Amino acid sequence: MALSTSSAITLNINGEKHTLPVDHRTTLLDALREHLDLTGTKKGCDQGQCGACTVLIDGRRAVSCLQLAIASEGRVITTIEGVADGERLHPVQQAFLDLDGYQCGYCTPGQICSAIAMIEEHAAGWPSAATADVRPEAGAPPLTADEIRERMSGNLCRCGAYVSIVQAVAQAAEAEAAQTPTTARQFSGPSGPGDLAHPAGTTDAEMTA
Amino acid sequence: MTTTTGTTAVTGAVGAAHTRLEGRDKVTGAARYAGEIPFAELAHGWLVLSTIARGRVRSVESAPVLAMPGVLTVLHHGNAPRVDGSYAGMLGRPDPIVEVFQHDRVPYVGWPVALVVAETSEQAREAAEALVVQYDEEPHDIAFFADRPGTYTPENSPAAQAETEKGDIEAELAASAVVVDAAYTTPEEHHSSLEPHAATARWDSGRLDVVDSNQGSMWVADELAKLFSLDPASVRVRSEHVGGAFGSKGVRPHQILAVMATTVLHRPVRVVLTRRQMFSLVGYRSPTAQRVRLGADTDGRLRAFDHQAQSLTSTVHEFIERSADMGRVMYDADAHHTVNRVVPLDVPTPTWMRAPGEAPGSFALESALDELAEKIGMDPIALRARNEPDAGPVSGLPFSSRNVLACFQEGARRFGWADRDPRPGTRREGRWLLGTGTAAATYSSGVVPSTAAVTAETDGTFTVRITAADVGTGARTALALIAADALEVEPGRIRIQIADSDFGPAMIAGGSMGTRSWGWAIMAAARELREQLVLGGDIPPQGITARSDTGAAVSALAKKERHSFGAQFAEVAVDVTSGEVRVRRMLGIFAAGRIVNPLTARSQFIGGMTWGLSMALHEEAIRDQASGGHVGADFAGYHFAANADVPLIEADWVDDPDADDPVGIKGIGEIGIVGAAAAIANAVWHATGVRHRDLPIRPDRVLLAGTRPAGERDA
Repeated sequence: MALSTSSAITLNINGEKHTLPVDHRTTLLDALREHLDLTGTKKGCDQGQCGACTVLIDGRRAVSCLQLAIASEGRVITTIEGVADGERLHPVQQAFLDLDGYQCGYCTPGQICSAIAMIEEHAAGWPSAATADVRPEAGAPPLTADEIRERMSGNLCRCGAYVSIVQAVAQAAEAEAAQTPTTARQFSGPSGPGDLAHPAGTTDAEMTA
Repeated sequence: MTTTTGTTAVTGAVGAAHTRLEGRDKVTGAARYAGEIPFAELAHGWLVLSTIARGRVRSVESAPVLAMPGVLTVLHHGNAPRVDGSYAGMLGRPDPIVEVFQHDRVPYVGWPVALVVAETSEQAREAAEALVVQYDEEPHDIAFFADRPGTYTPENSPAAQAETEKGDIEAELAASAVVVDAAYTTPEEHHSSLEPHAATARWDSGRLDVVDSNQGSMWVADELAKLFSLDPASVRVRSEHVGGAFGSKGVRPHQILAVMATTVLHRPVRVVLTRRQMFSLVGYRSPTAQRVRLGADTDGRLRAFDHQAQSLTSTVHEFIERSADMGRVMYDADAHHTVNRVVPLDVPTPTWMRAPGEAPGSFALESALDELAEKIGMDPIALRARNEPDAGPVSGLPFSSRNVLACFQEGARRFGWADRDPRPGTRREGRWLLGTGTAAATYSSGVVPSTAAVTAETDGTFTVRITAADVGTGARTALALIAADALEVEPGRIRIQIADSDFGPAMIAGGSMGTRSWGWAIMAAARELREQLVLGGDIPPQGITARSDTGAAVSALAKKERHSFGAQFAEVAVDVTSGEVRVRRMLGIFAAGRIVNPLTARSQFIGGMTWGLSMALHEEAIRDQASGGHVGADFAGYHFAANADVPLIEADWVDDPDADDPVGIKGIGEIGIVGAAAAIANAVWHATGVRHRDLPIRPDRVLLAGTRPAGERDA
């Protein structure tokens, strides 16, 4: 008896259920791009190294090229096509647009999905390699430029738009914090534009040992 | 600003910051790139590349693969449609890689040997990986090093002199009070656009229709017509959004294979390169070995200038990385010699990559200038000021404008250069040694004849059509702003359509010449249209269209040295325990013509500087001498700067409109990278007291070289 190499699955994407037959080899990325015409999610390397295919799976960022479609049933998937509120852009999208946080635009959907989850991870108190005090009771560290750089380093940009990506993420994080002033979220310290706008000639607080 | 062709700036669109016209589409995922346009009955092609570095294909064992599910065909040298690559295209003779599957020779690892086409990409991929190809293997040679056997000096041509020479170098060196004689190397580097090359081809009502990702749709259409012996009017190439290019997105095997496959199968075929395949199929920057000899008087005046550069090419095509060209513009001396040599090896043909020539050349040259400044005991900026030429050092032609010193002055002021202690190894913060460095930048400013059409529509809008390409530069937006000013209307009344070969001949996005060439054509068409509109009367339903061709105007330009200039500054911290170099800040000040859109121009300058940082510290493609292929042909094995590698980088500019350009543009695509790696290397010397003459400046190199604090260095 020949083993079946495809299955009908149902994927929950951007709040909609899609039932489709998929080859068991099909990645979530290819299912989105080639079967569901959701081409906003990009394929830059197809091996988990560039972050262009970043989507949100159950609210957390994940590279969809390393996720099989058939293993994505029952998960809540959000792609770049699903982050805006109708015609109103998500604050991260708006900040990328306003601050030119991109050039060719190919890494952009992944950067934006990654940034959305990153801001939530930070607000929830997750530390990063750039966090000075990682004790749980220390709470969320200030969202400095260094924190953003570290946390966004899974998303490569070959055009070299990192400087404005960091500014866009900082601006969006501040906008979101202002909208949801929950006690656990703190964005104190030199976050975003204040930190970045210091004149050349002063040192970045980057490596004070 | 005055211009020769009478622009006005009534609306002031040019010079004011505008977000990208396609920005909303890019941040919402609505912008569709080449591999994302749906076609009914689409088939998928997957390339198979050679695993040997030299030899012949003995057999392609297609039969088992053709029996696999969904496989439609296997193309290879035994059955592929014939193409003719014996032509000269817009940029000269093509790399023979475009003559895909025309013979059984294998000139390097990663040469295309077969294309598997199947109903789905999964089927095509599995079949391609299952395909057995037998080879007759021959010994190969990929070893690149300075002055290796086989290195030759290419023939001079009027457009590109391999070698320039005046005066007696050896005599002037002997007469010099101070001499620098240093060797530098840069590694093989890859463009690595985030969007892999992709093309979908189909025959549509007797026309070949190709949806592609390229830097010039007319360029690609013209070469496809030549290759397949087609009427040029029967080929249409479109490339609306391009996910980065940097020199790599010209005529490449994916387009040719998509055309071959659609011709054989009579249905649309898409060929997308994998990241790994890109390392051997789309070109790269050659490694370089360079020697710079500078001889000067004690006051810094150069007596002898000698820059000898060596790059590699393939055995099938000659491509020269022109690293020694920069000195022909930057510095004069009583004796002056520059040469670009090359050696053919069993590797893929290199190609243009962001600031070809100047990027690696400026690393060597601007490092050597810093070494000379150190030896003389002179400020590096003062040394450059001392050697400002009045005219082209080699050509003798006047400069159209040369504002490099203005860049240094403004940059030094903003960077805080005056407070710098020139002695190396004097600043320390814990385990970090700190240093600052500077370097000059230059890149040629060119323009190429182009055509454009501007239509006055009945609803009061204007439609601009031009075969431009927006590879992330912001060209689409910049051209709309130029059109708005030319027509004296608000930018919102401009509709711009680009990247369709049906719009006619135009320059490609390359050589920092795209926006200047296209902008000129749009200015000319807009002027013509306004003259027609002055006559009055109703606009007919199809609108009123004016067309331009800048051929005559461009060729009437007086011969001058036309270049952009800049000054790069960097501050680094070097970890004495790990050898890691961190860039703390960079500042670039540029004199690069009139800036059309400050928002996107700043991004482009900073992007170039980010490339320079990446080149200085990270990028290095490693080849295995035994196999002839790459080690780690992916983003783990080939690391370019990630977000955490990049500090705050600032870019700005001084006023520098080009008086001979209708808009005042010079072009800004390349210059951001030029000199950036040298500024960082010079900063590493300033931090550690050790010169790093081989890129990238890896931690192991820093550790092995050690540090030499002030007082212990060479006299």
